[in-house]
Order: sequence, then C-alpha cells, then structure tokens
Amino acid sequence: MDYALQQLLNALAFGAEYSLVALGLAVVFSIMGLVNFAHGEIIGVSAYSVFLAAALGLTSPIVAVLLAIAAAALAAVAFERVAFRPVRYAPTTTGLLTAFGVSIVVQNLFMLLISPKPQSVSILNGLNQMWFFGPFAVSSLQVMELIVSGLTILALVLFLNRSTLGLAIRAASRDFATVRLMGIRANRVIATAFAISGALAGIAAVFIMARRGSVSPDLGFSLVLKAFVACVIGGFGSLPGAAVGGMLLGFIEVGLLVALPQEYGGFKDALTYVIIVALLVYRPEGLLGQRVELGDKEI
Amino acid sequence: MLKVENLSVRYGAVAAVRDLSLSVGQGELVALLGPNGAGKSSTINALTGLVAPSAGRIVLDGQDISRVRTEDRIRAGLTSTPEGRHIFANLTVGENLRLGAATRRDARGVRQDMERFLALFPVLSERYAQAAGTLSGGEQQMLAIARSLMSRPKLLLLDEPSLGLAPKIVVRIFDFIGQLKAEGLTLLVVEQNARQALRFADRVYVMSSGALRFDGPPSGLADEHGLLNLYIGG
Repeated sequence: MDYALQQLLNALAFGAEYSLVALGLAVVFSIMGLVNFAHGEIIGVSAYSVFLAAALGLTSPIVAVLLAIAAAALAAVAFERVAFRPVRYAPTTTGLLTAFGVSIVVQNLFMLLISPKPQSVSILNGLNQMWFFGPFAVSSLQVMELIVSGLTILALVLFLNRSTLGLAIRAASRDFATVRLMGIRANRVIATAFAISGALAGIAAVFIMARRGSVSPDLGFSLVLKAFVACVIGGFGSLPGAAVGGMLLGFIEVGLLVALPQEYGGFKDALTYVIIVALLVYRPEGLLGQRVELGDKEI
Repeated sequence: MLKVENLSVRYGAVAAVRDLSLSVGQGELVALLGPNGAGKSSTINALTGLVAPSAGRIVLDGQDISRVRTEDRIRAGLTSTPEGRHIFANLTVGENLRLGAATRRDARGVRQDMERFLALFPVLSERYAQAAGTLSGGEQQMLAIARSLMSRPKLLLLDEPSLGLAPKIVVRIFDFIGQLKAEGLTLLVVEQNARQALRFADRVYVMSSGALRFDGPPSGLADEHGLLNLYIGG
C-alpha cells in the first residue's frame, strides 16, 4: 500500500511538472507557431537569479520563490522582445533556429559569467522534507508540486476564459489577424503569452532547485525535452493537450519503472518512446490536437 | 470620412490593386463591386493595414493612417468584417462579442450594445454560451457583423457579407445593413452580389483586374451599356 501510494504520488508529481513546462511551450506555440527551445534557459535564468540573490545574502525562501517566478517571466518577455519579435513574420524554421540560438547564447553566458560546474543553492531545500501521515511518509515537495501545479493550471484556465486578454490569446491561437481587427494589440497578446510561459517555467525552476539543491547551465534542458514530448502526445498547440500529455508522460514513466524488473530498468526511456510512437500512429495529431485543414483561404 | 488616394498593392511581381482612388462620405453606404480576383479584398486589407500598400495614401477623418498599425486604425474608428466571417470558432458567441468590444472601457455601454444585438438576433442569444463554430453560415455572418459593431465604429468595412450564404439569408443580411445605414453608420461594402449591394448604395465603384472601371450612382451603373454583365456577371 505504502509502495503503491508512493509511486502514484511520484507519477502525479512528475506529471504535474511536465504539464507546467509543456503548458509554457504550448501557450507560445499556439499563438505564434514558435517551438521555443530556449524555454529551458528561461528556467535557467530563473534558477541563476535565485542563486545570485542567495549569494548576495537573500535568506527568505518566500522571496526566493517570488524572485524565481518574476525573473522567469521577465526573461521570457525579454527573449521575445530581443530575439523573437524581429523574426515574428519569418518562416517557422527561422523562429526555431532563433530559439536554438538564444538557448546556446544564454547557456554559454551562464558558463562564462558564473561557472560551467553545478553551483549549490540551499535556500529552497526547506521545501523538500518528509511528511508523515500515520504510517505513510510522503515527500512534501511532491505534494506541493501537485497542489501548486493544480492551482496554477486552474488560475491559467480562469485567466484564459474570463479576461479579455485571455480570450484574445485563445482567439489568436486560431486567427491572429482577426484578433488585430478587434483593435487588440498583437505585441501585447504575444508579450502576455510569453510572460505566462515564463511564469510557468519559474514555478518549475523552484521545484527543480528544491529537489536538486543546485543549479547548472543545462538545468532546464532535459525537462524541456520531456515537455516537448508531452506537447506532442497531447497535440501540439493544444493547452489541455499539454496538461494531459504531461500527466500521461509522468504516468507512463513511473508505470514502466514499477512494471519493469530491476535488471531491465535501463529500457524505461526506450519503452516510453515506443508507447508514444504507437500512440502517434493511431492519433498523429496527438490526443487533443486539431486536424489542420490545408487550403483554406487566408485573409 | 475616408479618402483613398492612388492606392497600389503588390504581392511580389503581381499587382493586385493599381492606382485606386476612392472616397466614402459621412453617413454614406458605398458599394465596391467586381468579379473574383478584382482586388477588392486586397483593397480592404490595405485599408485595415493587414497588408502594406506599395503606394498611396489612406486618410480617415482628415488623418493620414497609411503608416498606422492595424490595431490603432481600429481604435481610430475603422472596423472591418473580413471575408469568410472569421469568427473565433473556438470561443463562445458571447466571448466573440466581448472581444469585439475589447477597445472600449465603458462596461455599461458594452453591456447595452450586447443586449441590443442579442435582442436583434435571437439565435445569438440562444447560442450565447455555445462555441461560435457551431453556428450556421448565416448566423456566423450576423455574429461577425455584430462583433464588428461592438467597437462602435465610425466606418464599417464589410467584405463579401453574402459569401457562401443562401439567397434568403443574404436578403436578411442586407436588410440589416440597410438598417445600419439608416441609423447613420458609414459603410463600405465589398460584394460580388451586385443586386443586393445596390439596394441601399449611395454610390458605386466597380473594380476589375486591380483598377477602377466605374464610379458613380447606382442608376449610372444600369445605364452604362452592359457594364453590370461585363464586370459582375449579372
């Protein structure tokens, strides 16, 4: 019972983290068609901001969390302003290459200005404790990941359904030109989408730092790769798809870890991708993706 | 109200609009007719700023808006209901109308306008919380026009409001357009359906192959020998 509960919590916590980062990718992709591979560096900027603030004497974990989220949102908006806006109307491959460029430049800045080696950050370690409920021991970090991710997704849903800017983001995911015909400023819609994407990455950065207790230049890389996979599973550009895809990926990974005999544990990733490939054979557009009709007249 | 001087639109080597000049006066309904590919939609898109003209000037209320961004032209009081309606299919009817009023800050006025259009088009009221993509073509056109009106425009550009709709629905849509004109709205209506467009038009322009071929009152269009047939096909 204890074991099953622990694994369920593992799956939920991994899934929640993938969902957060995948949502960040999806919200930008849905309106701009940009696969932002520099998303991992947004997580990096967030983490290094906390590292620097701690080095300068910051001790409050609450301030550190707020700083992580704010720094990530700012970094995302700055990346858009400096790197992505000039290529907004260029072919999508240009945007993709720009994102790789931003990723490489920022990672190298971390290495040059700080260090290529992992740096210890202990300010958020307090989030990662063992909680005891009667006979059960659970990780406080995992419980928080689950609750915070759930609340964040709820807040995002409310924002996208209630606020005018949120409606504009949803509308822009299908038809940006017509959103502009409503008098809504394209720059504002895009900057908001990037800020949301960044804030989600910042929350993920807090969890990563609390778990690892350190920061390194490639901090967000593997997570963004997983989030990309989660987006593909759910249907690229679909926000519910990103959330569902992230959760499913968490469950597949943990499920395989449980199901596979110890000596085959190394096949976990390979089998994960086999399952995903099989899924995509049956639903090439992802679980919740839209089939795109080609040939419709553009205005 | 609107003055267009020597407007040209090019897509690479192709000239879609050549040296077009037209004007729309306060309270007028002006029809811009022409066959498919005449450059009507390119003209509209240049007016809203969605395509950049290669030459020419666009003046709205005495203000040169040729270099103004689309968003700011809408804020200046020019609104367009695009060809093919372009309602936000993944949003509800109510959300579509709300986005139409995105530039307005008077919450009460917005609510009043919303109630007015919902009363005018009961079907929009019935489907208020439904995805707009589930509406029929005619209902989508009503929604698209109502959405444009939610911004309280001074000048409304209507691009092919009859496109793909049954004749009966087209008559209803133009009845509504006539009503808007009677209320004092200034309109520029682009159409292939000349008969309907001419019902309420004060003046007519006819375009073909990117250039203006006729400019005058609707009666003049009927007088010109075979002009209607030649350019519009009926």
